[in-house]
Amino acid sequence: MAVSESEMETQEEVKMNKTVFFGGLAIAGLAAGVASAATLDDVKARGSLNCGVTTGLVGFAAPDANGVWAGFDVDMCRAVAAAIFGDPTAVEFVPTTGQTRFTALASGEIDLLARNTTWTFSRDTDLKFDFVGVNYYDGQGFMVPKALGVTSAKDLDGATICIQTGTTTELNLADFFRTNNISYEPVPIETNAEAQQQYLAGACDVFTTDASGLAATRATFEVPGDHVLLPEIISKEPLGPLVRHGDNEWGDIAMWTLNALVAAEELGVTSTNVAELGAAATDNPEVNRLLGTEGELGAMIGLSADWAKNAIAAGGNYGELFERNIGENTPIGLARGLNAMWTEGGLVYSPPFR
Amino acid sequence: MSTLTDPPRASFRLSQLIYDTRYRSITIQVVAFILILAGFAWLINNTVQNLAALGKDFNFGFLSSAAGYDINQMLIEYNNQMSHGRAALVGILNTLLVAFLGCITATLLGVIAGVLRLSKNWVVSRLMAVYVEGFRNVPLLLWIILIFAIMTESMPQPNQFRGAEPTASMILGDHVAVTNRGIWIPRIGFTSSISGNESVAPIDGAAPLATGGLDWLLIFGTLALSLITIRFVRRRSDRIQEATGVRPKTWYQQVAILVIPVGVVLIALGVTVVAPYLKGFNFIEGTHLRNSLIALWIALSLYTGAFIAEIVRGGILAISKGQSEAAFALGLQPGRTMSLVILPQAMRVIIPPLISQYLNLTKNSSLAIAVGYMDVRATLGGITINQTGRELEGMLLLGSFYLLLSLVISGALNFYNRSTQLQER
Repeated sequence: MAVSESEMETQEEVKMNKTVFFGGLAIAGLAAGVASAATLDDVKARGSLNCGVTTGLVGFAAPDANGVWAGFDVDMCRAVAAAIFGDPTAVEFVPTTGQTRFTALASGEIDLLARNTTWTFSRDTDLKFDFVGVNYYDGQGFMVPKALGVTSAKDLDGATICIQTGTTTELNLADFFRTNNISYEPVPIETNAEAQQQYLAGACDVFTTDASGLAATRATFEVPGDHVLLPEIISKEPLGPLVRHGDNEWGDIAMWTLNALVAAEELGVTSTNVAELGAAATDNPEVNRLLGTEGELGAMIGLSADWAKNAIAAGGNYGELFERNIGENTPIGLARGLNAMWTEGGLVYSPPFR
Repeated sequence: MSTLTDPPRASFRLSQLIYDTRYRSITIQVVAFILILAGFAWLINNTVQNLAALGKDFNFGFLSSAAGYDINQMLIEYNNQMSHGRAALVGILNTLLVAFLGCITATLLGVIAGVLRLSKNWVVSRLMAVYVEGFRNVPLLLWIILIFAIMTESMPQPNQFRGAEPTASMILGDHVAVTNRGIWIPRIGFTSSISGNESVAPIDGAAPLATGGLDWLLIFGTLALSLITIRFVRRRSDRIQEATGVRPKTWYQQVAILVIPVGVVLIALGVTVVAPYLKGFNFIEGTHLRNSLIALWIALSLYTGAFIAEIVRGGILAISKGQSEAAFALGLQPGRTMSLVILPQAMRVIIPPLISQYLNLTKNSSLAIAVGYMDVRATLGGITINQTGRELEGMLLLGSFYLLLSLVISGALNFYNRSTQLQER
């Protein structure tokens, strides 16, 4: 009979479902996902570089009107992507705050952190990161409204100070006020935009961060002239890109991409002449080695021979990146200062490409 | 006709584990238990492997190293040379402070709004409905940020209080300053504090004022003793009322017992109210209620208060109408009907969901991150983790703190709940 048949079918189905259920539970996978050591392979397999940048600091990393990220740190990411893929757009930008950046890098969410991050001993050792170099020599400064009439950071006793949490500036600030035996009220904030809003509303008297960051922030104010940077620079802040500790091959790629941009400026290789110089061997052997027309430097770090050529073509050499994003002809208007080439009295220097 | 036979001999077959209802539940529980254990094992194993891959170890030594950062709101003494553990404690106390303040105001708001929403006055009940629905249905984070933004953007800067023609002025007889950095209210100081007056004199030449824990202990101790004495007086009145039917007038005795001892202690300590005043960049002296605390406190109270209002309304509606009719028949006023008849019974319905609202409020206080309130998430779970790179340890500690706090709150309230339940025999 049809009825009993369908009943039997249902019963069988129930039985089968049970079996599948228990079987499924029994073979619940126990595979452990361990952070891989071979970052380059992961990046190549993914087809793009995950690069951690700020949530928005004009000149260093900020999305423009079209949502395209631009800035000094952004160009560093693009240069690394170009060195690997030959394509400067193969980058996923991950905005991070002062507090989230290290966790993002340590957990593998990003491959490279280029976010005005100060190279310190404990970050390099205890936090298990490797700084690949310095792309901006900076120091911590203070910005105050001109109307306050403050001329020195030592006049700031009792002031309310906006400070980004989870930064070296927070620690420097505590040290500076303690050693000068004056007091302050910290207002902790997460992002630069938040700091700007609080500072302009007068909820804090002072905004302190790296001097470059202050200049960049001030450039976005309606009347930048109403705010002054105090003369004191209270710390050394060598800012640079960093990677996870333990994957030296990956660290080398980031480090030598940065060095290639610096060497390019020193050797006079620019984004306009790089194609021409890299097309055939020139009479300068170092340029030839850098651009891959001589020797096998690319193969030594697991990249193609024209890796540095691509990196330089992406945005230009170090000097070009500086002038375009934060240089004296931009609203931010930072002088090269310490960040001039070593040949011009600055600190920017690349080991030889040999 | 059937004959009685012996039941079949119980021979255990493996399939019975699944098909026999006597064993099936045990099988399922055992399997589930094994799976949970395997899940934990996988998590721990994964963690250990990942830590090894990153070259990190697992230890809590960072808690005793110097923190190096400053915290604006401190309920206990702290400076940046003290340890990360101490900084975490400062954060814990800040969390407890805002949770405690929030629970009190949320309860007050909730009870008032819940009772008023049942009001027969159309305007009052509609207003309360708007409050409840408005706050209950908009995310808490938005309220926190909104209140913070209002405080920051529309209140005057301390600077505006200065000069010959200030554009802003202090209120309540120059005692309270409302600024965009928070509200300064007067603080209570003692000229002859028993904790010692080592703190610096705020104004040159003025007597130094301290506000020590010992002073407050003495004051509250005296207050507690007074309250206990008042209870004795009331019990005596009860006895007299039961014996004679007339309740003696004791209110003046009660007031005297409450006021005089505390007053004597306060005068002996030399109590003074210190109003805040403008000096340098900011107001000094007085107590500084920071924007972040105010925004978080108000938003948490209003938001949780809306939920509590609904719980209270539900509790009142759960009491049979006959109760209030009986009370009215006895001639009780509506107010006394509510406080003597309805609310005590409604408490039995109200307290269990109220506990979870208190837990929610406490955990929601970690949204402090949005306005930079330095709670335990910001100190231990934020800056400390960031400076030391101890994400796993920090997050574990943070999680266990909230867990412990929640268990303590629900334990205490469950105890109270048992005392309000019907004692069934």
